[in-house]
Amino acid sequence: MKKVLAKAYLYLLLAMLYAPLLFIAIFSFTESRVLGNWTGFSTKLYVNLFSGGMNGGSSLLAAVENTLLIALISAAFATLLGTVAAIGIYNLKGRKKAAMQFLNNIPMINPDIITGVSLFLLFVFLHVSQGYATVVLAHITFCTPYVVLSVMPRLAQMNPNIYEAALDLGATPAQALRKVLIPELRPGMISGFILAFTMSLDDFAVTFFTRGTIGLETLSTYIYADARKGGLTPELRPLMTIIFLIVLILLVVMNMRREKMNKTN
Amino acid sequence: MIKRSYWSLPYLIFMVMFVVLPLILIAVYAFQDGSGHFTLANITRFFTDSDSLQTFALSIEIAIENTLICILLGYPAAWILANRKLNRSAVTVMLFIMPMWINALMRTLATAELFNMLGFTLGKGTLLFGMVYDYIPFMIYPIYNILMKMDNSYAEAAEDLGATPWKVFWKITVPLSMPGVMSGVLMVFMPTVSTFAISEFLTNNKIKLFGTIIQENINSSMWNYGAALAFIMLLIIGITSLFGDNKETQAEGGLI
Amino acid sequence: MAKDYIIDIQHLSKSFGGVKVLDDINFYIRKGEFITLLGPSGCGKTTLLRQIAGFIAPDEGKILLEGKDISGIPPYERPLNTVFQRYALFPHLDVYDNIAFGLKLQKLAPEEIQKRVKKMLKMVSMTDYEDRSVDSLSGGQQQRVAIARALVNYPKVLLLDEPLAALDLKMRKDMQLELKEIHRKMGITFIYVTHDQEEALTLSDTIVVMNEGKIQQIGTPTDIYNEPVNCFVADFIGESNILKGRMMRDRRVAFIKHEFDCVDEGFGEDVPVDVVVRPEDIYFTTDPAKCQFTAKVNSCIFKGVHYEMWVDTDTGYELMIQDYDPYEVGSEVMLYIDPDDIQVMHKERTRNVFDGKMVDETHVELIGGVFECKAQADLSAGDEVRAEIRFEDVDLLDHQEDGVIAGEVHFLLYKGDHYHLTILTEEGDHIWVDTNDIWDKGDLVGINFKPRGIKLTKKND
Repeated sequence: MKKVLAKAYLYLLLAMLYAPLLFIAIFSFTESRVLGNWTGFSTKLYVNLFSGGMNGGSSLLAAVENTLLIALISAAFATLLGTVAAIGIYNLKGRKKAAMQFLNNIPMINPDIITGVSLFLLFVFLHVSQGYATVVLAHITFCTPYVVLSVMPRLAQMNPNIYEAALDLGATPAQALRKVLIPELRPGMISGFILAFTMSLDDFAVTFFTRGTIGLETLSTYIYADARKGGLTPELRPLMTIIFLIVLILLVVMNMRREKMNKTN
Repeated sequence: MIKRSYWSLPYLIFMVMFVVLPLILIAVYAFQDGSGHFTLANITRFFTDSDSLQTFALSIEIAIENTLICILLGYPAAWILANRKLNRSAVTVMLFIMPMWINALMRTLATAELFNMLGFTLGKGTLLFGMVYDYIPFMIYPIYNILMKMDNSYAEAAEDLGATPWKVFWKITVPLSMPGVMSGVLMVFMPTVSTFAISEFLTNNKIKLFGTIIQENINSSMWNYGAALAFIMLLIIGITSLFGDNKETQAEGGLI
Repeated sequence: MAKDYIIDIQHLSKSFGGVKVLDDINFYIRKGEFITLLGPSGCGKTTLLRQIAGFIAPDEGKILLEGKDISGIPPYERPLNTVFQRYALFPHLDVYDNIAFGLKLQKLAPEEIQKRVKKMLKMVSMTDYEDRSVDSLSGGQQQRVAIARALVNYPKVLLLDEPLAALDLKMRKDMQLELKEIHRKMGITFIYVTHDQEEALTLSDTIVVMNEGKIQQIGTPTDIYNEPVNCFVADFIGESNILKGRMMRDRRVAFIKHEFDCVDEGFGEDVPVDVVVRPEDIYFTTDPAKCQFTAKVNSCIFKGVHYEMWVDTDTGYELMIQDYDPYEVGSEVMLYIDPDDIQVMHKERTRNVFDGKMVDETHVELIGGVFECKAQADLSAGDEVRAEIRFEDVDLLDHQEDGVIAGEVHFLLYKGDHYHLTILTEEGDHIWVDTNDIWDKGDLVGINFKPRGIKLTKKND
């Protein structure tokens, strides 16, 4: 009985969480421009989205492209910077370590709007013209802490003597880094990269404040502009559905991988 | 050999440049007028403008309500998810976490459209519902995490000493899970105060929150007043994070 | 310098954050020797090993390898290899690649690498495991791989940092024998670090006993066991009765309020000493002529091979005795000790001595606190003084805040009728205390000196 109640509660919450997404997904398979109006099954919106035809389909695709590219570049830089930083912070001691960890926490505690406004002011202050580069810099700023936090546990779990063992067996510090340290940190770096990538995909506020006036649109800013205009571009429905599915598959795959890893250990 | 602690230097420089300096600039702009002279006018303007104050009060009110609802709905969910007798499915857990990975604007928009279709008037009610919908995963996840990590022997020890399951829950589980609740609060409260797109979507721009007026000021080139508002928000963050243990926000880092 | 020294350590010192971890270490290691650095955790043995390996640079002093100073050479250029405490096998490489790691870096021919790795696998009895991931191995197997990985490079010296600490007792015993066998076969010098005295006695040609960054004693296992030079060594190695004594004259020592013949000479006459008697060296007798003192059996516990008994002597001391035969609790027994089995040691100290400064006539500042003392007519405020305090004039209090200064019980010895404690104060000073109260290692205590017990003399520069 208790179990049934508990399950019912969970499923109720889940239904609430997923109702809007399901609703969008269902109506991605009809042609109607007005949401909620079922005019028969059709994949026209999907065709439109990918052929770039019809109302704003092409600018939507361009926004998706920008979003992915920005996320890829930012996540790559963040992973590099964050991994080096994590190794450094891990080897710090006492107050210096605490200070760096505190610093690392700031962008995570700060709401997006603060990060966005503060970086906007920085670029204004430095007279940097805002656009692609400033958006990427801003994304690296709020993504890197997540990489640091993903790599640090790997460092902590790692046998502290492993690096020394490599030196002891004749590896120079550079060789020890390449042959032992990096392979050991790789899982942390990968999850850091994925985290950074999704953080960047997710972002709206920071991009909004740092993209300048050159008309750079990401998916988020596109949706925002679209919603302010009042109408929702119908092609967004298939796009949302696809993104939803991709995230779902990714998470399932990662979960399975983790469970496999847990089992082998 | 170069000391490996020096490897934190590039990051330190980066962080000073792109985190510390920008935050200082918020304070600098907040206390300047348009021509760069020191002034308190921006701050006093906020405290004398009843519209701003009302927006601020409303933001805080909605943030508190949202946070409370998230705790009330999220804690039992996290507890059930973490309880081996009630839930053994990793998939269910994943389903609760997944919304965190989907663009919030997209989810909000979907919610708003659903409300529209169902014929609800967009207003405070829908705003609150949408906020809970958006943020509840951020409350469930840290609580679930801490409950999962909790050593079962505490509960067993309490039972051994004569505590009923109900007592065990209130005297052991809840106090020990408070850090998780606190980090959930950190992840829900401030974002609620500061969001602008979400409130605009969910109320059809009828209700303005604190984030919205910051955005409007910055976007209409009223940088100094915008910075002053952001500065006030920074102060609130400082105060709220004093209540929460900063380390707990790191829970999010272990998401994968 | 003798030719067969492979390693010669000279005046090595190292501090971490102001704490001296190694203090003027000097010793040498002969070629092919199995030498063990033995001591409790924190004694500096691992730091010493890591300096030899090259992971830590010494503050002062030299490490000579075959006569050449290697202190400045990075670890990857030293012809030494290490077996780490928790093996430190590379988790992303399989057994074969772990062992081949060093050889591949040396860019040896693949056939040569394969030949050597296989030979090593055979030596550590792991022939069929080359493709296994190291995570899938048991602790003992990982240990073998770690040893093979180090030895495959034919190092001049093999360093082993508590290699068996993570294994269970049975496995540890087996591995000890195997290590000894590997040492014999390879003929390489082994430097072995452990806190396990039994392991050190079993394995070593030479033992270096360390405590608090200093070498306490160097010797063969039998030397160290039979002739400990101080209370620390006597207490750390094996079981012992450590007792306050007095050297009456050559070959005659008094302790537990009886006089005994012994074999030690040259201490002088009527000199306070410490005496060590191993519990297996106190004998029961039924012959009144042999009997040196009597005692009452207080407890008797079967320990497998022998019985361990605590007896109360007729003069009020408690002694531990080990014997193959049990004696009934409560029974009166006659006991004697062979002169050979009495080990007499110089007392390291007879009282606490601190430098300090007078605050006023009845107060003196010492080791970070202001203590009350007897009125000192000949001393005035600001005078630099030397204070002497007998061990029994130190009071220990349950709560740190009740004492003038606070400290922690650092080391304790039972001396038959009282405890001799070493207290480490918060400021890092040592205070020695004799007490009848029972304390445990690590207890936090408040410290007071009895005002009448502080003997002050003015310091003349």
